[in-house]
Amino acid sequence: MTSLPAATTRKLGLVIDLDTCVGCHACAVACKEWNDGGSFGPLPDADPYGKEPSGVWFNRVHSYEVAGIENRESGVGEKRERLVSGLAFPTPDSPFPVPEPSARPIPDSPFPIPAHAMSLHFPRSCLHCETPACVTVCPTGASYKRAEDGIVLVDEDKCIGCQLCAWACPYGAREFSAQRGVMQKCTLCVDRIYNETLDEADRQPACVMACPTRARHFGDLGDAQSDVSKLVAERGGYALMPEFGYQPVNRYLPPRPRRDASCAQAQPAVEAIDTAQLSPLLRWVDRVLSR
Amino acid sequence: MPHAALDLNTPTADEVKTTTCYMCACRCGIRVHLKDGRVRYIDGNPQHPVNRGVICAKGSAGIKQHYSPARLSKPLLRTGERGAGEFREIEWDEALALAAQWLGDIRKRNPDELAFFTGRDQSQALTAWWAQQFGTTNYAAHGGFCSVNMAAAGMYTFGGSFWEFGEPDWELTKYLMLWGVAEDHDSNPIKLGLGKLKARGAKIVAINPVRTGYGAIADEWVPINPGSDGLLAGAFIHELLRHDRVDLDYLVRYTNAHHLVIRDAGAADDGLIARDAAGHALCAARATANDSTDGGDKGAGTILARADAIDISPLVVGEYILADGRTAVPSFQLLAERFLADEYTPESVSARCGVDVTTIRRLARELAETAFDQAISLDQAWTDAHGREHASMRGRPVSMHAMRGISAHANGFHTCRTLHILQMLLGAIDTPGSFRYQPPYPKSAPPPNRPGKSRKDNGSLDGGPLGYVQSPEDLLVDADGQPRRLDKAYSWQHPLAAHGIMQSVIRNAWAGDPYRIDTLFMFMANMGWNSSMNTMGTRQMLCDRDADSGEYRIPHIIYSDAYLSETVAFADLVLPDTTYLERHDCISMLDRPISDADCAADAIRQPVVEADRDVRPFQDVLIDLGTRIGLPGLLNDDGTAKYPGGFAQYMVEHERAPGVGMLAGWRGADGSRSGFGEPNPQQLKRYVEHGCVWEARVPDAARYYKMANRDYLAWAKSLGFVGSTEAIVMQFYCETLQRFRLAARGHGAQQPPESERERVARYFDPLPFWYGHLDSSGSAGEADYPLSAITQRPMFMYHSWGSQNAWLRQIATRNYLYLNPRTAGTNGVGDGDWIWLVSPIARIRVQARFHSATAPGTVWTWNAIGKRKGAWKLAAHAPENRDGFLLNHLINELLPSERNSPGCANADPLTGQAAWFDLRVRIERDPTPQVDGHRIEMNETRAMR
Repeated sequence: MTSLPAATTRKLGLVIDLDTCVGCHACAVACKEWNDGGSFGPLPDADPYGKEPSGVWFNRVHSYEVAGIENRESGVGEKRERLVSGLAFPTPDSPFPVPEPSARPIPDSPFPIPAHAMSLHFPRSCLHCETPACVTVCPTGASYKRAEDGIVLVDEDKCIGCQLCAWACPYGAREFSAQRGVMQKCTLCVDRIYNETLDEADRQPACVMACPTRARHFGDLGDAQSDVSKLVAERGGYALMPEFGYQPVNRYLPPRPRRDASCAQAQPAVEAIDTAQLSPLLRWVDRVLSR
Repeated sequence: MPHAALDLNTPTADEVKTTTCYMCACRCGIRVHLKDGRVRYIDGNPQHPVNRGVICAKGSAGIKQHYSPARLSKPLLRTGERGAGEFREIEWDEALALAAQWLGDIRKRNPDELAFFTGRDQSQALTAWWAQQFGTTNYAAHGGFCSVNMAAAGMYTFGGSFWEFGEPDWELTKYLMLWGVAEDHDSNPIKLGLGKLKARGAKIVAINPVRTGYGAIADEWVPINPGSDGLLAGAFIHELLRHDRVDLDYLVRYTNAHHLVIRDAGAADDGLIARDAAGHALCAARATANDSTDGGDKGAGTILARADAIDISPLVVGEYILADGRTAVPSFQLLAERFLADEYTPESVSARCGVDVTTIRRLARELAETAFDQAISLDQAWTDAHGREHASMRGRPVSMHAMRGISAHANGFHTCRTLHILQMLLGAIDTPGSFRYQPPYPKSAPPPNRPGKSRKDNGSLDGGPLGYVQSPEDLLVDADGQPRRLDKAYSWQHPLAAHGIMQSVIRNAWAGDPYRIDTLFMFMANMGWNSSMNTMGTRQMLCDRDADSGEYRIPHIIYSDAYLSETVAFADLVLPDTTYLERHDCISMLDRPISDADCAADAIRQPVVEADRDVRPFQDVLIDLGTRIGLPGLLNDDGTAKYPGGFAQYMVEHERAPGVGMLAGWRGADGSRSGFGEPNPQQLKRYVEHGCVWEARVPDAARYYKMANRDYLAWAKSLGFVGSTEAIVMQFYCETLQRFRLAARGHGAQQPPESERERVARYFDPLPFWYGHLDSSGSAGEADYPLSAITQRPMFMYHSWGSQNAWLRQIATRNYLYLNPRTAGTNGVGDGDWIWLVSPIARIRVQARFHSATAPGTVWTWNAIGKRKGAWKLAAHAPENRDGFLLNHLINELLPSERNSPGCANADPLTGQAAWFDLRVRIERDPTPQVDGHRIEMNETRAMR
């Protein structure tokens, strides 16, 4: 069993905006590319041009239809709860969470949604929990949580590939590489964010840098004054399935209220011309225009 | 590494080189990080104006495209039958000598016997020039198959267009209306923009039969029936007019809404704009105390005035008497009469559009409220084209975007024009918060370049093969009014085919309609698969032989591609291209630059790694071939090669006109000039130093009202974008169309053949109107094919040729047919069932999946994931081959001839845009719906016609 640090100095993590995520997979592929050639790579692919291509991905995007979300301004809290319940417990042999009746994931990303309800794109990666069971179950100390920033890593030299951590993680964040015989996972690009050979502006996780709608944010969630903490406070960011008690660090920002027909104002009384009586063109006859 | 020694400062690259992405048409700036001579990773260039550092899934996966096992590695000469994919490798000298022999013989005999078509058309400034020098009219890129309706309607209406030549004002717009499938082009700029809109709380409305992608984050989804967008926009116009919520001052200042249209039924100028003796357009205006009321005066207090006069008060309704006694009415009145008619009421359009009346009314009201009640004012002084100074810029913060979903219908040109009219009525083109032009646009509507028609003494055409016709005299037709181009572009069948009609080329060459050719030369145009309609028939035509001679009906096929695409198997000669990381390229102001609304920008690609195969950049090959056959412009006076350094040298040294070349930046001997200037030998070096991109910022006072902003027009003229600083007038009323209609009514020297008269007279309406899909179902009615079928590309594969990509195909290895559960229920289809999708020409066996966010009358799929066995180096049992499918097999490339001219393309009658979103289908159940496997069954009577 592996022990956790008593406390971490910082809590580095991601804040992901589900309001603006369009499900384009940019984050997932940028992550794959950076890490495949990085300190924690390679991220092997099996049968890449064959019948069932598969590979190690530290970040995957799932798409759901979510029924019954209210669009009222006051419905944020209610929405959050229902969103969370729509993202149910994943099983170790399936990378996709098992759906509840209100959510229907489709593995290859067409986005099923009932008319006038919502579709939701959900990027999933390690949440770098404060008390992660994936670390405490590790028999060798390969899985560990860094005291200085809270990042959860796997030391491949110590990993025996027992996969206990994958069973312990309720979020499906662990990626076992059969080819390499070790467990792999999101590192928060620890080999980027401190890397002094990179420009300072580039010392961010690859997924954050890539995101075309800028839906991903990186920072210290342990610092209430950080930009990410302020964003979470402002937008009602939430932790995924906190009921498990692992205290995820990453936060998701819920979709903002959608402004559709339900928030339209009542039709103002407009005096439309009675075309049965008068040519509608007449009203423009006396209009004084200027060129 | 053991984490006791975890080194977080490992250098990530030996070297970082910038270049321009080619994984789609977005053309983002990228940084390629190289380590040990290999590409370590690719990320977005934060300094680049297109993507500001972000990168999409395709862009990151470019590394897998670059190292793809499907790359070609050596020139190939066919040894087996066409289509069998049997080749022997040959050396470049042999390949080029053979191609030069075929092409040289053609050029001596008849240059039109070469049909040269490119798919990914980002080198058009070179390829079109090359075709012009060769002298063939049979050249185009893939626009006829893609989105020429959107481009042409924009160009003929307001001298710009959605996507490439304009964009929503991402900083200031309060309301964005996305029309139709729009996810596929301009991917990163739109995503960056949507992020900004969401952060500001701007409303986004997606009008689309399918809710995916951008629609998923939109505030409101309007599930419209395909092809009825023009009707919905017409109803919005109806509502705006009915409630008098239109910006008439904007119309009379920036459009021709006040221009007088001659009403003289039967006359040769009926429907044209009334002009004075000097040719200036006329309008009616209120008389002032100083006006003489002699001459053209009619009624109290009105005069006829030059429509371009300033400080007048134009009239937009009424009937006025011209100097010759005939009557004329302002074009606004004609438009108002059309759209106030009953056929455009919300009640009339509701059922056809599938949108309820209340929603139509509310959306029209929201457009008006945003444009007028939430108008904005920028504290920015500016001077109009007439020299009048204005203290601020008024903005109508409503913007729109449309792309393929609007284009790919036979009514797409008029639908797109309807959208632009809607924008004009709202005063929402190039104002703060609205749709904005991207330099070098606006240009005059249409731009002045006409397609080349005749050959000079040296064999070259007198103009580029593509351009904008303005009257029947500009058409490429023979003395009998028959098409001169193989694809029938610029003929009476498709007079405004500004991008050519790529999808007609193979069928017409096979049929000898209008004539046979010698050589079909294609570059990255996968016309043997997903870039053709009636794909199986097309593949047969490529292999078909003359019964008499036994020779192939298309005698020679040359194909250049970087990859083993489906089309390679049909080539006689294969010229292997490099990947995008191994060559120079030019994203030129002369074709499709990468400007945004606030800066003009062009870009280059530079080779960041050396090719490790015996391949050559296509552009180099084209210059080499042209030099071998002695094309004008490629040889020095002494007969030696002008560009022995290939395309890189051409990019720098070639001049279209004195001082005008492929690249606008760092011109002049010392690199100090922009736009114009003599060639600068250091030009490419300067580009590389600046991230392979050049930018010129639009001055602050020139950022809006570009069509009539003196500072903008002067700035644009200084860079060579426009020829004069006169205001550009938007064509609310499209007089050009009326000229063709008049010809169809028997006026003028150039008239359509009898068989085309009715068609031209109907569709060349100077005001937009809505019509349903042309009847491509033949004698079978709509009832037999009750469903619309459309396609779109997923964001992670759009334009990427991505099915071979090891990472992207892990996201989707195959496609399904998506349909609303209600539609499925009606047809007895269960989720996951294999079913038959049937059109008049074929049926295909596909797997159905329920998708609630699909309009009930529509079925759809992801396009071009389905691949042909044997291509792309995919395993034989790969899901792309076995279960994936194309809808193309079901789409007729021709209209049924019983009701149309024989050989008339299934396309927009104005532009030749492939009408592939007009596809109608029905569902048939399969006796064993749980048995996997895609199949294609052609209707035997239809494969080749």
